[in-house]
Amino acid sequence: MTEHTPAPDRFSPLHEVHVAAGASFTDFAGWQMPVRYSSDLAEHHAVRSGAALFDLSHMAEIIVAGPDAAAALDFALAGKISAIKIGQAKYSLLLSREGGIIDDVVVYRTHENRFGVVANAGNRFQAAGALAARASEFDATVVDESDQLALIAVQGPKALDVLLTVPELQLELPATELRYYWSTLGTYRGHEVMVGRTGYTGEDGFELYIANANAAQLWADLIAGGTEHGIVPAGLASRDTLRLEAGMPLYGHELGLETFPVQAGLGRVVNLTKEGDFVGRAAVEAGPVEGARVLVGLAAEGKRAGRADYAVVDADGAEVGIVTSGALSPTLGHPIAMAYVDPAVSEVGTPLFLDVRGTRVPASVIPLPFYKRETN
Amino acid sequence: MADQSTLQYTAEHEWVEVIGDVATVGITAYAADKLGDVVFVDLPAVGAAVASGSIVGEIESTKSVGELFAPLDGTVEEINDAVVDSPELVNSDPFGEGWLMKVRFGELPPLLSFEQYSELVAE
Repeated sequence: MTEHTPAPDRFSPLHEVHVAAGASFTDFAGWQMPVRYSSDLAEHHAVRSGAALFDLSHMAEIIVAGPDAAAALDFALAGKISAIKIGQAKYSLLLSREGGIIDDVVVYRTHENRFGVVANAGNRFQAAGALAARASEFDATVVDESDQLALIAVQGPKALDVLLTVPELQLELPATELRYYWSTLGTYRGHEVMVGRTGYTGEDGFELYIANANAAQLWADLIAGGTEHGIVPAGLASRDTLRLEAGMPLYGHELGLETFPVQAGLGRVVNLTKEGDFVGRAAVEAGPVEGARVLVGLAAEGKRAGRADYAVVDADGAEVGIVTSGALSPTLGHPIAMAYVDPAVSEVGTPLFLDVRGTRVPASVIPLPFYKRETN
Repeated sequence: MADQSTLQYTAEHEWVEVIGDVATVGITAYAADKLGDVVFVDLPAVGAAVASGSIVGEIESTKSVGELFAPLDGTVEEINDAVVDSPELVNSDPFGEGWLMKVRFGELPPLLSFEQYSELVAE
């Protein structure tokens, strides 16, 4: 038995900046993070139409390096990490031996033999532990750098314009040439920085990894430079509605140890054609049990949102699913939800109902994502 | 906007303004702030009998759902249709245009004073 004492709150290296900006805070995986600065909706719309700045310093950064780093990650993760090029990023899954999801991660190949694995704050130790265990048979080291690194995301159609207002940010590959899901190293006022054209909002954007000590200055420069582009700081409340509209799963809601990737619509993230074994392969090949629920998008009319853990019922009132995330979509103006439902009612167009605290709200299955930005 | 110091309050973060035997009820700025942007308000029907402490409506934000409690026994005299159409009034003017309902009552239960409520939210 291990004795558990409540862990003290953790604070971002940008905490004082947020306090000064008037943020309200929420607990997220033991971290006190900004939930909003002024208005969830205003921050949401800023990301859809302009630009916003998020502090994501709670997220975990785990470095896998060494001659066999790529092979170690091919074994540890569900995707073929060895196939990505230097500078490229890839969304992947850390599976359990039973085929469940320990975490969903983004892997950046920063060098031939060095990768950065970005994990969810709540799964930091599970992810770092699993990666270390799985890499132990390879010539690779696993180092958890989460405590040293801050993460700032600039998201929105004007994200590039905002980045270009900070000349102190010197990138090896200019931001203008950085493609979506690629990254570059560089310096900011002489300090190392890694910038990925990635995000979790459904918009264009960049994520900047930098040492804790330099984060506040970078944040201030981005706010100052971005003012002409209408930049605002944005909290986790808007981040959640943004990622929901974009149909992006959130660990603990759409993903978990009991979820097979294929149920979550992430079958394509698992590379069953790559050579060699990887953890979870046999279980994923066998697949989930017959009739296992699958993730769908639901749209409803009116203003009442189905929320996490609300039942999805059919016309007879029988429960056929459970909502995992839901909100009144700020962009679309109607309620949206992601839910796990029985395969029999998972076809697009199937009419269903959300049990909203006793009221049956009509909803229908629609394709994910709910929102997709226009790209040129 | 009502003078907050003359209003009465409940521990459920509602304010009550008593004029004669009619109480106007809303939620406090503190509650509106905690909820975040209000996007949906469900109010009781005019004429409905309400009992002190019972749930008579809902105030939903993008992130969560708040319940509207009846702060006293009585009959719903009027509801704020403007706030049903424009739920953001709860955030922009919680003590004024964001009022929720008017309840005609027989007996006024003990409520919190401005000072007592201020202490409550300061904790």
